[in-house]
Amino acid sequence: MNGTDTQERVRFGHGIVPARLGSLSFLVSTRALSVCAVLIGLCAVVGVVSLAVGRYPLTIAEVLQALGGGAEGIQRTVVVEWRLPRAAAALLFGAALGVSGAIFQSLTRNPLGSPDIIGFASGSYTGALVVIILIGGGYLQVAAGALVGGCLTAALVYVLAYRGGVQGFRLIIVGIAVSAMLSALNTWMLIRASLEVALSAAVWGAGTLNGIGWSQMVPATAVLAVFFIAAAFLARPMRLLELGDDASRALGVRTERARLSLVVLGVGFTATVTAAAGPISFISLAAPQIARRLTGSASVTMGASAVMGAFLLAAADFLAQHGFTLFLGRETTLPVGVMTVSIGGLYLIWLIIREARKGV
Amino acid sequence: MSSTIAPATATAPVGAPSTAGGIEQASPPGERGRPVRGVAHNNAVRSLGLLAGVAVLVVVTLASVAIGARSIPLDEVLRALQSAPVYDEAIIVWELRIPRTIMGLAVGVALGVAGALIQAMTRNPLADPGILGVNAGAAFAVAIGITVFGAGSISGYMWFAFAGALVVTVLVYLIGSAGYGPATPVRLTLAGVALAAVLSGITTAITLLNPNTFDQMRYWQAGSVVGRGLELLWPVLPFFALGLLCAVLVARPLNAVAMGDDLARSLGANVAVTRVLVIVAVTVLAGGATALAGPIGFVGLMVPHVARWIVGPDQRWILAYTVVLAPVLLISADIIGRIAAPPGELPVGIVTAFVGAPVLILLVRRKRASGL
Repeated sequence: MNGTDTQERVRFGHGIVPARLGSLSFLVSTRALSVCAVLIGLCAVVGVVSLAVGRYPLTIAEVLQALGGGAEGIQRTVVVEWRLPRAAAALLFGAALGVSGAIFQSLTRNPLGSPDIIGFASGSYTGALVVIILIGGGYLQVAAGALVGGCLTAALVYVLAYRGGVQGFRLIIVGIAVSAMLSALNTWMLIRASLEVALSAAVWGAGTLNGIGWSQMVPATAVLAVFFIAAAFLARPMRLLELGDDASRALGVRTERARLSLVVLGVGFTATVTAAAGPISFISLAAPQIARRLTGSASVTMGASAVMGAFLLAAADFLAQHGFTLFLGRETTLPVGVMTVSIGGLYLIWLIIREARKGV
Repeated sequence: MSSTIAPATATAPVGAPSTAGGIEQASPPGERGRPVRGVAHNNAVRSLGLLAGVAVLVVVTLASVAIGARSIPLDEVLRALQSAPVYDEAIIVWELRIPRTIMGLAVGVALGVAGALIQAMTRNPLADPGILGVNAGAAFAVAIGITVFGAGSISGYMWFAFAGALVVTVLVYLIGSAGYGPATPVRLTLAGVALAAVLSGITTAITLLNPNTFDQMRYWQAGSVVGRGLELLWPVLPFFALGLLCAVLVARPLNAVAMGDDLARSLGANVAVTRVLVIVAVTVLAGGATALAGPIGFVGLMVPHVARWIVGPDQRWILAYTVVLAPVLLISADIIGRIAAPPGELPVGIVTAFVGAPVLILLVRRKRASGL
């Protein structure tokens, strides 16, 4: 350690500096750090703006005043009771989906990897459809149905793919097979239902933050907080697992255990968000890839994916709520899932083209 | 196709290129480094297997003409085939059963071959014919057709679907190949996924804002081969022929491409031309199939995997087996759909998954299931 001061400094690569914190020391990419900082700033801007815009418009100053607790009456009700839970949900859920996507893309080493591949999305949709179409139920029942359906499906896929350890390729194929069956079942249920019920099921299926209040946000936040802490501990094993089972085992990772914990964690993130807001698609697919391209890192990372996901979902929800009003002068609210796929997709296209222009 | 296979190449390509490294390499963490052989080890066994497959296809085809809400014994079927559609059985056979069987045959072959080609080119086991945006483009165009132009039947949807599929695939290729250098499989895949996402978002928005469109789309999206007269098939057949011709041309180069672009080039394969031909083939095959039957998933994804496990990594055999096995899956799914939920019918797109998925799971749980 002391030798490096007098000798030539170790160079870890362009823009990568070692950071020391007491006895801890780790490498930090300045580019990743600055990208994350900018994204966090953008998240804050989008968050505050979405608190201000709406049928009861407020100035930014009024919003900040209400957030600081210095406002009373309607101003406080609008900001803290009505708009804040939704804005917070967008940021939090976006971050959760981003991390979940990073986990699955890293585990499968496939840019198409997402919790969907182990059947979670179609399973939770099946659960919700059963509740909406066959049983009939309110928000809580639908959330419970989605949770049960998704987790049962994920467990089923894991068990079916298990044969003395889970091999990535087998997991993918079994996931595809089970998902295909469930989405066929979903299509069938949608055909059999009356148009009205099918439409409301389709709105849930697109993923929407309409009707999110504190009563849904508080439990979701508590659960997600636990998951985020667990994710921080698993970030290192996740990176090492990408080296392959043999190499990561040699570096001290218990591969099978780490992989199972990561799968459980990834599913946990998605399950919580899906139960609360429906299957908001594409964030978990796009956020890690966009973040990887912005930070210039070698593979997907949890932190940058989380911030990117938060920004994507917050921006998408703002447009879903106010896009029609702002651009067409028509008051229509779309499910946010519709916006996430459109915006995330457009951005991904732009990134691919830009990357190609630079000849990377 | 089997006649083009020279005996000397039986052991040539070893599969599972170990593309270690970053997440950018869209390669499955399969059983690396080991030559993956199928169940059928040599060409004699493979040929026999192919013959058996053809026999199964014939049986399934006959069954498809005989079985339905009104079962017709085989001797009746044969008698009806020799007569004009003048009495009940003959009308059922000629006007209902034969068109849907031929439709299933054509759509099955097209989807299967498209799936085999796209998996071979992208070297990604998750790739299906929809990955280049075919399904999303078709659905988007159909939604526009219903909402704006008032299309209301399969013959109305068909050309919207086909045009949407073609235009979107071309767009995906342009995005994937923008800038310097040729379109790499990873960039094509990501471009396809991204554009499909944008379009499906818009499609969902359109359908959620127009209940009538939603109502029609939910039936179209289930996928079906019923109620399409053969007159719809004829204009699409030249496209299918073009696609199959491309498939025959690229089968051999794709064996080289499986080892990675650089190695393929040094083996004398023209990677860029191969890629363009594959994209043309996938577009016209999957686009045509989707135009005829709606988005039927899973056939193009599953059958190539099954074929690969039977015959090993040689693309020529995989394609030959796919041509036979894909319509077997589609037609048997259609038969099951007719008798599973009387008095109604289940659309074939729903049944394929229920027939195919258990087979796929059983197969992948075997020890020797191979990656790409």
